[in-house]
Amino acid sequence: MNQRENHAKGGPADRLSAPAGAFHLMGRFGDQLVPAIFLIALVITLSLVSPNFLSVGNFLDIARVVSIIGIMAVGMTIVILTGGIDLSVGSTFALASVVAASLIPGSFSDAPRILAFVLPVPFAILAGLLVGAAVGFINGFIIAKSRVEPFIVTLATMAFVRGLTYLFTGGFPTIFRPMPPLFEWFGQGYVLGLPTPTIFFALVVLIGVWITRRTTFGRSIYAIGGNEEASRLSGIKVQSIKIRAYTLMGALAALSGIILASRVGAAQPTAGLTYELDVIAGVVIGGTSLLGGRGSIMSTVLGVFILGVISNGLNIAGVPTYYQYVVKGLLLISAVGFDSYLRKMQRI
Amino acid sequence: MPAILHMQDIEKNFPGVKALRGVTFTIESGEVHALLGENGAGKSTLMKILAGAQGKDAGQIRIDGRDVDIRGPLHARQLGIAIIYQELSILPHLSVAENIFLGRLPRMASMPWIVDWKLCCARARELLKQVGLDIDPLIPASRLKVADQQMVEIAKAVSENAKIVIMDEPTTSLTNREVETLFKTVRRLQERGVSIIYVSHRLAEVKEICDRATVLRDGMKIGTVNVAETTSKDWVKMMVGRDLDQLFPKMPVERGKEALRVEGVSSQKLKNVSFSAYEGEILGIAGLIGSGRSTLARTIFGAEARVAGSVNIGGKEAAIASPLEAISQGIALVPEDRKLQGLVLPMTVRENITLAKLGGISRVGQLNLRRESKVAAEYVQALQISTPHIDQKTINLSGGNQQKVVLAKWLYSDAMILIIDEPTRGIDVGARAEIYGLLQQFVEKGKSVIMISSDLPELIGMSDRIIVMHEGRVTAELAPSQFNEELIMTYASGMSH
Repeated sequence: MNQRENHAKGGPADRLSAPAGAFHLMGRFGDQLVPAIFLIALVITLSLVSPNFLSVGNFLDIARVVSIIGIMAVGMTIVILTGGIDLSVGSTFALASVVAASLIPGSFSDAPRILAFVLPVPFAILAGLLVGAAVGFINGFIIAKSRVEPFIVTLATMAFVRGLTYLFTGGFPTIFRPMPPLFEWFGQGYVLGLPTPTIFFALVVLIGVWITRRTTFGRSIYAIGGNEEASRLSGIKVQSIKIRAYTLMGALAALSGIILASRVGAAQPTAGLTYELDVIAGVVIGGTSLLGGRGSIMSTVLGVFILGVISNGLNIAGVPTYYQYVVKGLLLISAVGFDSYLRKMQRI
Repeated sequence: MPAILHMQDIEKNFPGVKALRGVTFTIESGEVHALLGENGAGKSTLMKILAGAQGKDAGQIRIDGRDVDIRGPLHARQLGIAIIYQELSILPHLSVAENIFLGRLPRMASMPWIVDWKLCCARARELLKQVGLDIDPLIPASRLKVADQQMVEIAKAVSENAKIVIMDEPTTSLTNREVETLFKTVRRLQERGVSIIYVSHRLAEVKEICDRATVLRDGMKIGTVNVAETTSKDWVKMMVGRDLDQLFPKMPVERGKEALRVEGVSSQKLKNVSFSAYEGEILGIAGLIGSGRSTLARTIFGAEARVAGSVNIGGKEAAIASPLEAISQGIALVPEDRKLQGLVLPMTVRENITLAKLGGISRVGQLNLRRESKVAAEYVQALQISTPHIDQKTINLSGGNQQKVVLAKWLYSDAMILIIDEPTRGIDVGARAEIYGLLQQFVEKGKSVIMISSDLPELIGMSDRIIVMHEGRVTAELAPSQFNEELIMTYASGMSH
């Protein structure tokens, strides 16, 4: 024992911890290498093919367009890292946006039963976020307590929440006569020359990275996705962490929905249909494993931009939307296939 | 007798471990050949290669004098090799007959796309008779006892005209009577010219049933001996390669206060279990698989529910309903299966070590990664975990180092009572000695260890006291003077003295 202690006093312990940072960075960089190279290759190709592609204006446009999906994709990454999935994001997106919109002064709808009272803009937005968080909480609660597959639970809430949205609006869009300036800024404004959706996206990404890398909550998320039973036996509060992950997802879906309502000047009960596909595609194309425990927010950012750049490039090239669906589908299949191939190579 | 099987210079590497280093192994036709060696010696790997479940890195395999390249499990079966794994591969919801003829159910002669159930049933019944089983082949396999399920697997091997049958620890979950039946079947197969490779830790059984024995250690073949001409002591010497004293660094520690008292704990699988563990003591728990040993550990740890009874820690009743509560009371569980329960494999060494005490490396929920790296490096150093760096994913470590990471996690969590289930399963001899050393150090600090193990030499070599379990009950408590394998097995199989 003495011998061992003497041994430990020297440099070896320091030697072990010293390269940790470097290896850590390499490991994280390694995860994102493939999507990053793919994205760069994509940008170069499109620049060569189409002269209109390579411009600051177009890049800002892409950054703004992907923000709506991107904000949700950050939440989805966290959910998928726990080994779960959330199919209800599109419905939550719609419900939160119609609730927030109906509470905003100046909102108008042909629906017979719309809320009669209004709130100041910040509180109306907050109410929308709370609605989203509540849907997420319910998802998380059922998934954590019942152990029913997240796929099934959120498939059910997807239908349920969409139904609530139609009931609440009577199927009519909510518009604004006129739109309060603060709410107009929320989705259409600019900060330092950047559109507000992009600013919100950047903030959500920063917070997401901080949560996943620097907090015990984030560590627990990776642990649960990596091995739920081992996490439970290590004293991780599995149920509580899952509920928090889905609640966060719901709130972020709501944020996206409210931003889009402001951006287009209307809250549609049909908003966000099939958005779950784009959000999950962004996460998976970035390289986050659907089995949980492996992936990162930054990978998802790359994934979302890959989708955004492709769709932008195809638009500029004048490719019809129908083909774009085909391309998106092929890309998703390739990403999942590549992930499972990598896993086979690593014998996981 | 002619050699039916000849394996020449077989090599197999796993990341970080040389599992087999040039093993040569010959089986004669109609013999029962024991394959002996400690956990991690390479027996399972060698047999998996033969059964086509794993590829080899180098070497040749000859069956009946012909060189073969075993491409997969199906190909191995076609070559006449059948393996009966310790964890049976019976499909519980299918009938016995379907299990026997899985993938090759007899068809009608006139309509070959329709299964001939009548023929299937008759053939199954005949095969079952050959292994001494008189049951209806149409009942679901889940209704059979484990011993009978094993017989069904043997019947399946017979039906495939297997020339070589590998039995991996076939008697682990059998009673003495069932072992007798198994041996009768083995002899019957032998008379028909079938060769049997018998992998077992139970040397008495080897003495009774086997003709020759080959001993492996650390992935190398130590030798092949005639069972009749040698004693089990000779084999142990070959298996261990050193004195047992050296393997088990057991030093007497003064026994302290009662650390844990379990009183009348009952659940679906446990029946009124009571015992105490003391500071400075290693308490061994013996029992067959399914005796409730692991359930007991998980129940004390709050991972499984108990319906009655109490757990006292340091004299006070501890209401433990979850692993989190157990950890806060100073209990740790190193589970039976480190890959499924012990480690988060895609996470790094660093992240696994701190997982049970994230509070120690964080403030208000925010991690201090620098501090975490320091903690991890300290434990990697202290436990001599062999890893290139603390950010290596644990999936890439060898079994022994993985187990050390799990131990490091609990040492960092300040556990006072360490429950360790199968501490050295699948770990090579060198790392085993180190893990025993760590357990010894742990009790020297006045903490207590509860060690569950199927490995009787390990239990005997390391425990201060052993309790034996059978079907959810404690059937015996043994003092060191009473430690011997036969006595433990007697209590473990439910026969009292």
